[in-house]
Amino acid sequence: MLELLTQTRWSPYAVGIGIGILSWLTFLISKRPIACSTTFAKLSGMIEMVFRGDKVEQKPYYQKLRLVVGWQMMLVLGIVIGSLLSALVSGDFRWQWVPPLWAAASGSSPLLRVGVALLGGVIIGFGARWAGGCTSGHGISGTLQLAVSSWISAVCFFIGGILTAHLIFRLIGQ
Amino acid sequence: MHETKTKTKRVKDMPTLLWGLAFGIVFGFLLQKGGATKFDVIVGQLLLTDFTVLKIMLSAVLTGMIGIHAMKSLGWVQLNPKSGSAGMNIIGGLIFGVGFAVLGYCPGTIAGAIGNGYLDATVGGLVGILLGAGLFAALYPRLSEGILKKGEFGDLTLPRLFRVNDWVVVVPVAVLIFLLLYWLERAGR
Repeated sequence: MLELLTQTRWSPYAVGIGIGILSWLTFLISKRPIACSTTFAKLSGMIEMVFRGDKVEQKPYYQKLRLVVGWQMMLVLGIVIGSLLSALVSGDFRWQWVPPLWAAASGSSPLLRVGVALLGGVIIGFGARWAGGCTSGHGISGTLQLAVSSWISAVCFFIGGILTAHLIFRLIGQ
Repeated sequence: MHETKTKTKRVKDMPTLLWGLAFGIVFGFLLQKGGATKFDVIVGQLLLTDFTVLKIMLSAVLTGMIGIHAMKSLGWVQLNPKSGSAGMNIIGGLIFGVGFAVLGYCPGTIAGAIGNGYLDATVGGLVGILLGAGLFAALYPRLSEGILKKGEFGDLTLPRLFRVNDWVVVVPVAVLIFLLLYWLERAGR
């Protein structure tokens, strides 16, 4: 049992089945599907409120979402903690600015990588809100409920992602 | 009920929060063990050189779908499918996909990447996602009555689209996912 926890990697099937069972429990106990991206919209609104005051909350989108700390925000916080625990017990935790695949293709400059990650973040954060969900909310929880919106979104995530990844890695010459 | 409602204006009740935290810890642990907190694994999937992400997602959907529909048939849970439209899900999905490849993480796995110590996720990606979500909130009044409403179909599910019992869709989808995973293994992916 303990060796299992200290392993760096588990079979993707074991992980997937685990996430599937976890989704049964979130539906059964919390009556909610696993989802993440709404949290970032709420956090964004809450941070803006710190600078611009209560009027931020009047924006139609935040009226729709309601800027409260709820179940999903704690789920996202939990992901940070769970990943940290897993990485620490297996010795896989490391402070790293530039991922190896990126470094091999376009050098080890942290500034370039962070700049591109920031740009990618803006696009994915915007796209997630446009599509109304992300890889977990649409890609796993929505598809397993057989929602039409989620199957369309999940397929488009991968079409956009596969095309863009090939384009980028061709341009930067891998 | 009314009392708790006014008291918990900014923060939900403690059991809800603690369950969310507990589920999140398990989810994050699993994502890290699966390698899904890593840029190389996610971009490897998009470059079609590493199929870990697809294997995790498809086996999660297979397991989750059967269990959730069994519990629905027993009357234990209610489904909560998201509403959508062609304008929302196709265009939003493609924008998301572009960001997915440029960032190399998604909103869930970036939380895991932060826990894993990856600073490009923390300093770059997280800030970007917050900015992108804020940008959408700013543009929402202009988008909500236009493009987001194009081709609206509501919270439709595949069984309702085909007007059949849930299991008439669940069983073939389960078989297809299983065959796809089997084929990926056979192809040495």
